[in-house]
Amino acid sequence: MSDGSGQQIDLHFVVNGQAVTVRCHPMARLLDVLREELHLTGTKEGCGEGECGACAVVMDGELVNSCLVPAAQAAGVQLRTVEGLAAGGRLAPLQEAFLHCNGAQCGICTPGMLMAAFCLLQHNPHPSEEAVRVALAGNLCRCTGYAKIVAAVARAAQEGGDAL
Amino acid sequence: MRFDVAAYKLRTPQSVQEALAWMAAEPGALRPLAGGTDLMVLLAAGKLPGGQFVNLWPLRELRTIEVTSDSVTLGALTTYSDVQAHPVLQQEFPMLVEAARQTGGWAIQNRGTLGGNIGNASPAADSPPALLCYDAELELRSAQGSRWLPYHGFHTGYRQTLLRPDEIIARLRLPRRRGQRLHCYRKVGPRQAQAISKVCFAGCADLEDGRLVSVRIALGGVAPTVVRCPETEHILAAATSPAALDEAAARASLSRQMAPIDDIRSTARYRRRVAENLLGQFVAVLRLHPGWATP
Repeated sequence: MSDGSGQQIDLHFVVNGQAVTVRCHPMARLLDVLREELHLTGTKEGCGEGECGACAVVMDGELVNSCLVPAAQAAGVQLRTVEGLAAGGRLAPLQEAFLHCNGAQCGICTPGMLMAAFCLLQHNPHPSEEAVRVALAGNLCRCTGYAKIVAAVARAAQEGGDAL
Repeated sequence: MRFDVAAYKLRTPQSVQEALAWMAAEPGALRPLAGGTDLMVLLAAGKLPGGQFVNLWPLRELRTIEVTSDSVTLGALTTYSDVQAHPVLQQEFPMLVEAARQTGGWAIQNRGTLGGNIGNASPAADSPPALLCYDAELELRSAQGSRWLPYHGFHTGYRQTLLRPDEIIARLRLPRRRGQRLHCYRKVGPRQAQAISKVCFAGCADLEDGRLVSVRIALGGVAPTVVRCPETEHILAAATSPAALDEAAARASLSRQMAPIDDIRSTARYRRRVAENLLGQFVAVLRLHPGWATP
């Protein structure tokens, strides 16, 4: 251990509409804070190096890879994780579209895919197929392939757009 | 987990001044951390040396884009997404926009910064070749004050720069040019998105009164640093007509200015060949330019 560090901070932020305070190291990965401290295990760790997008969450309206965000940089932010998509026990239309189009197989990429798609539709409610592919380019899927996922996002956009 | 998070101290300053005061008090003890897209990768891999870091990300004063009639000045925290969204950059500095578009995926582009890309000093970084072609200048700031230097020459060796231990990269300035400019940017990696470059080529040229002026060529991934290639620039700039562009001489000179290696991403031979072919594409684009004087 170096520099007499080991000093933890009280981190305040809002996740899925709920204000939380977590005691953690400032350099802890946001991914680990979500999963280990807040038990929001919907967010997955894939590669742990920003390549696969499985850990993607929406932070202050922008898509980020939570494995690359040090906890201190989440101070005061509004976060949305995959747990924040469904409401009142009902899946969001985007999730319904993934189900309908078979846009998931093993499921490990799905939370990240959903968050990237969610963030895209927030920025651009009626994206072209090209825009969907660009927005999802940082999310890797190793089983179902991309066609059904892209189709699911297109369907959600068609059905709901901004309402999601 | 391959890292012990307690080995790192990340301090969040209230202002740039406070950050610089901390860095002046303990020169070399604090490393700047911006969007984390490089350093957090090293952290998770267990390859980031422990110690103190200064959290620059919240300092909004470093995330501005100012446009004057002569230049565009970008705060070091300008992200790749910010670059892509800016109309003046789209219009006048398309290679920088293209580099931003081709770096990582959306989530990386929202967090990766120009200052970080420069400071991390990877020879395979994508924005530096464009910045070299656009004659970027850097503002380095410390508690003592600020100094501006040309970006060309900032990288002095593999992962080595002119940045002092008490300094941060604060801003970048791009001079605006009038007239017709031709831009040619191409990144070659294993995949269209989310891949690190094997080779990255940037070239631009102005045609004024039917003559080529200020040719710029820069490469990533072919030497211990990103490189500008003045010898090749001179060869091309000497041409007075499309037919006079000496591609063979230009290719030979480019080869002399590279020192590619074999590594996990590619081989020296492949990099050399691809870099020369990308130069060939640039020459072809130059030949087709409608601005040449008619003989």
